[in-house]
Amino acid sequence: MGAGVELRGLVKSFSSADGPVHAVRGIDVSIAPGETVALLGPNGAGKSTTIDMLLGLLPPDAGTVTVFGTGPTEAIDRGAVGAMLQTGALIRDLTVRELVTMMASLFPSPMGIDEVLELAGIEEIASQRTNKLSGGQTQRVRAAVALVSDPDLLVLDEPTVAMDVEGRHAFWTTMRAFAARGKTIVFATHYLEEADAYADRAVLMARGRIVADGPTTEIKAMVGARTIRATLPGADLGVLGTLAGVVATDRRGDAVILSCNDSDTAIRMLLDRHPEARDIEISGAGLEQAFLLLTGDEGDADDARQDDHGWGTPERRPEETVR
Amino acid sequence: MTTTYMRFELLRTFRNARFFIFSFGFPLVLYFIIAGPQKDDHDFGGTGLDAPLYYMIGLAAFGAMMATISSGARIAGERQVGWNRQLRITPLKAPSYLGAKVVTAYVMATCSILLLYIAGIALGVSIPIGRWIEMTLLILVGLVPFAALGILIGHLMTVDSIGPVMGGTTSLLALLGGTWFPITSGFMLQLARLLPSYWIVQASHVGAGGSAWPAQGWIVIGAWTLILSRLAAWAYRRDTMRV
Repeated sequence: MGAGVELRGLVKSFSSADGPVHAVRGIDVSIAPGETVALLGPNGAGKSTTIDMLLGLLPPDAGTVTVFGTGPTEAIDRGAVGAMLQTGALIRDLTVRELVTMMASLFPSPMGIDEVLELAGIEEIASQRTNKLSGGQTQRVRAAVALVSDPDLLVLDEPTVAMDVEGRHAFWTTMRAFAARGKTIVFATHYLEEADAYADRAVLMARGRIVADGPTTEIKAMVGARTIRATLPGADLGVLGTLAGVVATDRRGDAVILSCNDSDTAIRMLLDRHPEARDIEISGAGLEQAFLLLTGDEGDADDARQDDHGWGTPERRPEETVR
Repeated sequence: MTTTYMRFELLRTFRNARFFIFSFGFPLVLYFIIAGPQKDDHDFGGTGLDAPLYYMIGLAAFGAMMATISSGARIAGERQVGWNRQLRITPLKAPSYLGAKVVTAYVMATCSILLLYIAGIALGVSIPIGRWIEMTLLILVGLVPFAALGILIGHLMTVDSIGPVMGGTTSLLALLGGTWFPITSGFMLQLARLLPSYWIVQASHVGAGGSAWPAQGWIVIGAWTLILSRLAAWAYRRDTMRV
């Protein structure tokens, strides 16, 4: 396979009132042409910052971005890149068709206007003014704007956040149809289900680093796990970590927390070894919780703030407990 | 910059009703209110000019300044909805983006000027065609600093704050530049001669058969253009460096 998207040693920090914020702390990703890759992580993981660097909107402090053999700006000038950014509305005083036509005129070899409108499912609202659309309709028009250059690489930053279930379904139907043309798609999401359903591969980010990278089935097993919590004073985390079914371990006072890919086996092993364990709880780990366990971070998920530009990421040195 | 992009940029602006009222309607109504009763004054305020001619240029200048600077409001609006970021992932480059804004501003300014000319003719302004053209060209040159000012404030202000800033700046420059009454002596004249708005209003002398700008006029317009376009370029770069 030829060169697709290459991110090499990307680093980006921002200054804030509380000192530097390390949004992205050195990541490497290779994406082959035709792949659909999910950039998966909780808010504050550095996904949007990574995407801004991938698109050339933000210069990295260190590292390089290559898109089909060139820098992102050159790729954009060729019309090889389309993107739906996380935030954004449409400019007003134009109809949907006029807006799409206006954007198409900027690219060297755009799709036909009717083709884009059909692909994005917006033929019926083509003659409506952009300022008279519902939230879901706006998102679909934004998707059309991202697709209009007929890009080889499509980048979507949390595209379905503002959509209802039906809207999501329609959106991903469009994206699947587009991917079927041999296109490369990179999308950021904090929904594990979305990554699982629509990506070939997931890259897990947490606190500016990549914590896992692999086929979505593997990633799902890893983070879609259950958590066992039990009061077990003085237990040896190292030993507990070797129990079958346990992926990662953590301690909160007298309690131990076992992140499991097979909680049924793990609980039998745990009780076999430690019959004195009490206050046992088994719960489905949310994505954020799973990430924190994977990165061995004791901070709670709340300090990952909503804006997802990494502003809220505190300076911490995670201990790796992933096996 | 493609012609299609330009065409829709103009279409958008023409569809904006608020813009129409302020740039076209407002100066036109004021013209009839102010110049109408004085239409037989042939030596207005000691300038040696007919009042309808003086106010025609004064209010054409006001409307044109408003139209030119209002490109800033469109830029601020696009920044607010993140459209400038969307455009940065297209092959459209900054000179073309800003160029389209300036061209749109000039088309609107020209419309505003022509409307006032028609109103002026209705009040008896009559000058040879060559004078009309020379006068118009001087006004259009005088608007260059305002185009740069529009780009500057469009990248510094938010949609909420830009309205008063635009209106206030234009009104103050119009007042001090002699749009509403002639400035003929003293400190006010010294000050006015340093403002681009004064030289736009002075274009009315050309219409009455007088000479075009003296060297100071060209220097003042040139200096304002240079300073404001430098600042506009700085504001643009500052804005694109942010996330």
